[in-house]
Amino acid sequence: MLEARATFTGTSDYIASEDLQNSVNVSIALGRPLLIKGEPGTGKTMLARSIAEGMGMDLLIWNIKSTTKAKDGLYIYDTVQRLYDSQFGDHDVSDIRHYIRHGKMGEAFLSDKKVVLLIDEIDKADIEFPNDLLWELDVMSFDIPETGETVRANHRPAVIITSNAEKELPDAFLRRCVFHYISFPDAEMMKEIVRVHYPDLEQKLLEEAMKAFYWIRSIDGLQKKPSTSELLDWVQALTIGGISPAKISKELPFLGVLIKKDNDFGAVLQRLHSGQGMQRKSSGPGILRNW
Amino acid sequence: MFINFFYLLRNYGVPVSITEWMTLVEALAKGLAASSLMGFYHLARTVLVKSETHFDRYDLAFANYFDGIDTPIELTDKVLKWLEKALPPLHISPEERQQFKDWDLDELRRQLEERLRDQKGEHHGGGNWIGTGGTSRFGHSGYNPAGVRLGGQSVNKSAVKVAAERNFRGFRTDETLGVRQFEVALRKLRQLSSKVEGPKEELDIDETIKETGEKGGMLHLVWSRGRKNMVKVALIMDSGGSMMPYLRICSQLFTAMNRASHFKDLRFFFFHNCVYQHIYLDPSCQVRNSIRTEDLFHQLGSEYKVIFLGDASMAPSELLMVDGAIDWYYSNPEPGITWLQRIADRFSHSVWLNPIPAAYWERTYGSYTINLIRELFPMFELTVEGLEGAIKKLKVRK
Repeated sequence: MLEARATFTGTSDYIASEDLQNSVNVSIALGRPLLIKGEPGTGKTMLARSIAEGMGMDLLIWNIKSTTKAKDGLYIYDTVQRLYDSQFGDHDVSDIRHYIRHGKMGEAFLSDKKVVLLIDEIDKADIEFPNDLLWELDVMSFDIPETGETVRANHRPAVIITSNAEKELPDAFLRRCVFHYISFPDAEMMKEIVRVHYPDLEQKLLEEAMKAFYWIRSIDGLQKKPSTSELLDWVQALTIGGISPAKISKELPFLGVLIKKDNDFGAVLQRLHSGQGMQRKSSGPGILRNW
Repeated sequence: MFINFFYLLRNYGVPVSITEWMTLVEALAKGLAASSLMGFYHLARTVLVKSETHFDRYDLAFANYFDGIDTPIELTDKVLKWLEKALPPLHISPEERQQFKDWDLDELRRQLEERLRDQKGEHHGGGNWIGTGGTSRFGHSGYNPAGVRLGGQSVNKSAVKVAAERNFRGFRTDETLGVRQFEVALRKLRQLSSKVEGPKEELDIDETIKETGEKGGMLHLVWSRGRKNMVKVALIMDSGGSMMPYLRICSQLFTAMNRASHFKDLRFFFFHNCVYQHIYLDPSCQVRNSIRTEDLFHQLGSEYKVIFLGDASMAPSELLMVDGAIDWYYSNPEPGITWLQRIADRFSHSVWLNPIPAAYWERTYGSYTINLIRELFPMFELTVEGLEGAIKKLKVRK
């Protein structure tokens, strides 16, 4: 849901901390890719959109899957199409250039404006994947052996790379990036973020929802802690469901929006009904530390 | 000039390379640090440190290197503008001076912080807000003996203080961490079947299309060998009483192992303090739910990678004596060390993970047996870093 909103409302809905902004500027000034890590749901992918909108650049997204090969991002030689064409004889198949399709990175290089290139979830691909891109990211050009052409970047794109740390990235690759870790937002920042998404939210509801949210996050041993995007969904669910703020911490309505794992569900409910849970938590500002 | 900082970082275990250092120099030349220590702190971290697990070490090194440097305080341009339009300097009589004496710096900083936050515009000649003339503690051309002259200073947190806060302590890899970190570490334990061995049984579609295309439409099938993870793992855990303090961390490793779906086979076994002729299938360590250790050798081929998890701390008799087992009803005709030796011989890839931190291995209660066992198995402490070391070890033959 995070993503969907971003395209509609622009950067005013993305709150970036000051050091994140600095890191982005450093990366662009140095022409190095910016590697973004952070807990799931801290808005890593959103950042690229926000940069694109904020700086008036186009955004190209290269989504990495476990089967993605580095070459896919540069170009694809569509041999099958060429084969068809040769059989029907209605196209000129002698020119291979007609069958070279550029990948996202190729597109970014060829664009006549500076663009933002997002390489999303680079850690999903094979361990060797980042190494295969070193040269291209360094010199911003690549060769197409089939046609003997060299594609050179007209404008060095601003490259944003996100990683969920599922795999270790190779050192040689890391050396060429600048790095930023998005830490989980504290309560103050989180309030701002929610406000930006739901400006009309009732203050009391927000307070209660935040209290419950950070209480759940503070429970030890959850397999998957709820994150920003889940909080946003939950707040929306609470609003639509017309839940009164007083009920929120007592009953945790729509808990399924926040908690995705069976075990966690049990753990949270158990804590809640053991009587010690929320009551103790909600008494003071030390909501994050008591546990 | 900062070159010593480079070496200090490396001493603190932040893997900084020359490439990154040159990038930092380039960035500094471009003025990206905004001429403040805080700016430098963030810039250098962004450029030099590539993992949040190293942030804490960076903070320590930074605090060490820059400690005692009086941070030039960054003031917002706005405040400087307020100060541009000045009143004539204020002169003050000795009596009036008296009332300003007792102020300490911390109080002052706090107040200035408040002012900076609350003041909305320029102000001249009063006694409170930032401005010129007057007797406020903040500004210039006025009088206040316990004041801050503002001409380029502010009280934002200094970079050294931020570094000293060590906000990233929780990310250290040499701290014992959660299931997730273990999982990531375990994922490195893979050994793909090589592309040169085994039958060619997977249709290589890309190559087939390419070959067929190049042959101008004559179908040409290309077969290749698939790659699979071949790693088989046996985790052998101590469930003795001395392991109680480490229950949490052990169960985290256990969970992570269980969840790791990429092993070809994964087996769990248990023992009480030391392995003898029986090895148990559940943590309660009852003989009725056990197999003979000898049978373990039949069940598991030598290609299994064996991970022991235990504190290796016991009475020397438990390890070295016939009938030394801690359970009084259990008699062992051969000492435990003999069995451990057999396991070590059988499985050429084996390691021992010890929840006791390595720093204590020489001094703790069990150091005698720990050191005996270390001679048989490479021992690592049970932290993410230790586990990574162990996994590296598991990939090569002892």
